Amino acid sequence: MAYDSIVLIKQVPDTANVTAEAMKEDGTVNRGALPAIFNPEDLHALEAALEVKERFGGTVTAVTMGPPKAGDVLRDCLFRGADRAILLTDRRAAGSDTLATSYILSQAVKTIGRYDFVFAGRQAIDGDTAQVGPQCAEKLGIPQITYLEKVVRLEGDTVRIRRNIGHGWEVVEAKLPVLATVVETANVPRPKAARRLMRTKHARATVEIELAVRNEMPDADDATRQAEVKRRAEALRQRGLLIEQWGLDEIGADPTRCGLAGSPTKVHRIQAIVLKKEGHSQVPATEEGVRGMIYELVVDRTLG
Amino acid sequence: MANYFNDNEDIRFLFDHIDLRELARLQEDDFTRDRDGGYAPDDPDDAVDSYRRVLEIVGQIAGDMIAPNAEQIDREGNTLNPDGTVSLHPLVQQNLDRLSQADLMGFTLPRKYGGLNCPSLVYTMATEMVSRADASLMNLFGLQGIAETIYAFADDELKDAVLPRFAYGEVTGAMVLTEPDAGSDLQAVRLRAYQDEAGNWKLNGVKRFITNGCGEILLVLARSEADISDGRGLSLFYTERSEKVRVRHLEEKLGIHGSPTCEMVFDDVPATLVGERQRGLITYVMALMNGARVGIAAQSLGIAEAACRLARTYAHTRQQFGGPIERLPAVAELVTDMRLDVEAGRALAYETARVCDHENNNLRILEWGENLSPEEKKDRKKYSRELKRINGMLTPMAKYYCSEMCIRVADNAIQVLGGSGYMKDYAAERFLRDSRITTIYEGTSQLQVVAAEKGVTSGVFANWVEPHEEKQYDDPELAEMRDRLVEARERIQEATQFAKGLGGAYVQLYGRKLVDSAIAVMISHLFLGQAEKNERKKVVARRFLHRELPVVRMNCEVVCSGDAAPFEQYALLAGPVPAAD
Repeated sequence: MAYDSIVLIKQVPDTANVTAEAMKEDGTVNRGALPAIFNPEDLHALEAALEVKERFGGTVTAVTMGPPKAGDVLRDCLFRGADRAILLTDRRAAGSDTLATSYILSQAVKTIGRYDFVFAGRQAIDGDTAQVGPQCAEKLGIPQITYLEKVVRLEGDTVRIRRNIGHGWEVVEAKLPVLATVVETANVPRPKAARRLMRTKHARATVEIELAVRNEMPDADDATRQAEVKRRAEALRQRGLLIEQWGLDEIGADPTRCGLAGSPTKVHRIQAIVLKKEGHSQVPATEEGVRGMIYELVVDRTLG
Repeated sequence: MANYFNDNEDIRFLFDHIDLRELARLQEDDFTRDRDGGYAPDDPDDAVDSYRRVLEIVGQIAGDMIAPNAEQIDREGNTLNPDGTVSLHPLVQQNLDRLSQADLMGFTLPRKYGGLNCPSLVYTMATEMVSRADASLMNLFGLQGIAETIYAFADDELKDAVLPRFAYGEVTGAMVLTEPDAGSDLQAVRLRAYQDEAGNWKLNGVKRFITNGCGEILLVLARSEADISDGRGLSLFYTERSEKVRVRHLEEKLGIHGSPTCEMVFDDVPATLVGERQRGLITYVMALMNGARVGIAAQSLGIAEAACRLARTYAHTRQQFGGPIERLPAVAELVTDMRLDVEAGRALAYETARVCDHENNNLRILEWGENLSPEEKKDRKKYSRELKRINGMLTPMAKYYCSEMCIRVADNAIQVLGGSGYMKDYAAERFLRDSRITTIYEGTSQLQVVAAEKGVTSGVFANWVEPHEEKQYDDPELAEMRDRLVEARERIQEATQFAKGLGGAYVQLYGRKLVDSAIAVMISHLFLGQAEKNERKKVVARRFLHRELPVVRMNCEVVCSGDAAPFEQYALLAGPVPAAD
């Protein structure tokens, strides 16, 4: 029996390689200084989906919500083995918190229609909330299994999954369709495949073509540009390389539940914590010295 | 998260420095051919972009996935089963699976078989990176020349049946040449091929030291003409692993423990003739070996790169006498010599691979090109002969120089690490053990020198150097260095003339010194070309000339000494043969 999977992925700033320019003067993230990468745990989600496809047959559809640049992670999915890629992009979705994001993603999943699995990374490294996967499952009305480490058994419409619960594991069973969030110990994401890369590296979503045309033809009028976009999009479509692009209307989303309007999360205050080194003190390598240091750290509330 | 392409400035520099667009145009027939497989590049830029991305994939797999396994594979090796089959170490298998998953096992094969149709220069870069991660894996990844040989010489039926299996990573192969009494001298191969009443070929005999002899696809050199005792009696056969081919021994080696080296017994094994009878050694194996030699040069570069990096880091962090040891001039010399050596080898090996691409593509067009005008055919034939002569010198030079260089670099790495380098705690000792085979297999250094020396004494060297000597440099310092290289070349030619005057044996005796000198001049020219575009390379070139040109003078002086004692007074100098115990 073949199974169809949808993988929810996100492009994130590479917070693991933070440099001094990562934060602006006002304490907000300087996105320009951080390279945008495939959210690491989402790669494991993609791998989980590809493994199901490899073992049982079926399809893998990658979905991401984001600005035009997010097309990069969709292409990455195509290089690694995804059959289909969908870019959800709409200005009205900007500023979405986890509630609005999960609403939009669940609408997209409903629009895709038939599926057996939704895989997502456990959490993204920019927000670290781990909420979007579970919230999607709620909105789709399907079982959610978080911290997937292994698909233990898959037979008919029942899946048995081992969850990593921190200090151990548990095995749970659910009826399909199911949403699973995947942890990094689940698998080793496969490398990009060269033939697939050569075949699909020119794949673009319409919004990416629009940007390229604007850059390449800065002096052309709108009509000329639009005609060029249309021409390029059609050429890609014929080669099967036009990445599907959906806005809120295509997925039947209520705009008041999206973007800032649909996001109850409000940032109360952003505090820039600057760690300054004020001189240094030497701790003698004696029992007494170490005791003194620990005492100081406890008083400082650094420890305990 | 290591990427052996992105972290290697020199490889990336050469990737841009060498005209890959030109190679892409050749490889893709000016982008006029049909678009096999749906993943053909649109134009030269598109092709070069794909090459770069493919190398990034190789770099990631090498750095993230292969390198972490190398130590355990080295310690544990592969296993010979009682039934004459071999189980690869699970991590070796995992490495191969990763490479197959990334579509990298048909690197240079045409797309119609599922290959990537990359130039061999790009493959050489990839091979180097894989070897830096685990030298022994190169012996499996680097065996793609077997598929290339089948592509070049077998009939369509065999190609269609076998090549996609290589490209999709379903099979690996072995070139089954060496025998107990046929090592460097392959003309002495004895394994017998005969035809039964129905005309089917069968193989009988023993092969030894066969890398990946346990692979699925075997290309076997065998004596098909019982009455012809030299190389003209040998043909090449195709066969697959079966219970009639038994591995009876797995060698215990000094290094490259991840590569299974097999002794094999063929017991009436059914086989298919590849190409024509009697051309096995003189045409097919020679072609196969040439590609394989560039592969060993790349393997050597990978080992040297790994060793060099280890030493560089150690010299920087190891504190003695109140500071890092790299501040000691003697250590600084060791470390910079290593780096220089690696870049020198790379310059020569990549240039060789580039010329190989020209040769291979030209031959391909000659053989299969339709609508060639008689005139073009003539020109291409002439060009072909010229390239063959150049490659006949460059390939053995690259193999010889890089392999000798990697042993020296690996040896020096241990020296930099001192006592720690001698211990198994560091990879330095593995690098030295792995490096040691490179001057031996695919033709020993001594055999490479014989081939290269013909190029030096016959004028190929002078021809190769000529356009470099005529090159105009805007930078006066580069021009001055070029002038010194002209002088060096003249000196080498004088020494060559002198040696020739004393006969063939004398030339062979000093072949190595002549070849060493010629290589030093050639690499210097390549460095000058690089230095035009890169300030650091100017310093590299300057240092290389300072170090090497005095050696050239010394070599020439020795050659001109007229001293033939090593063979004229061999018994006296070598002393008596030791009595048997």
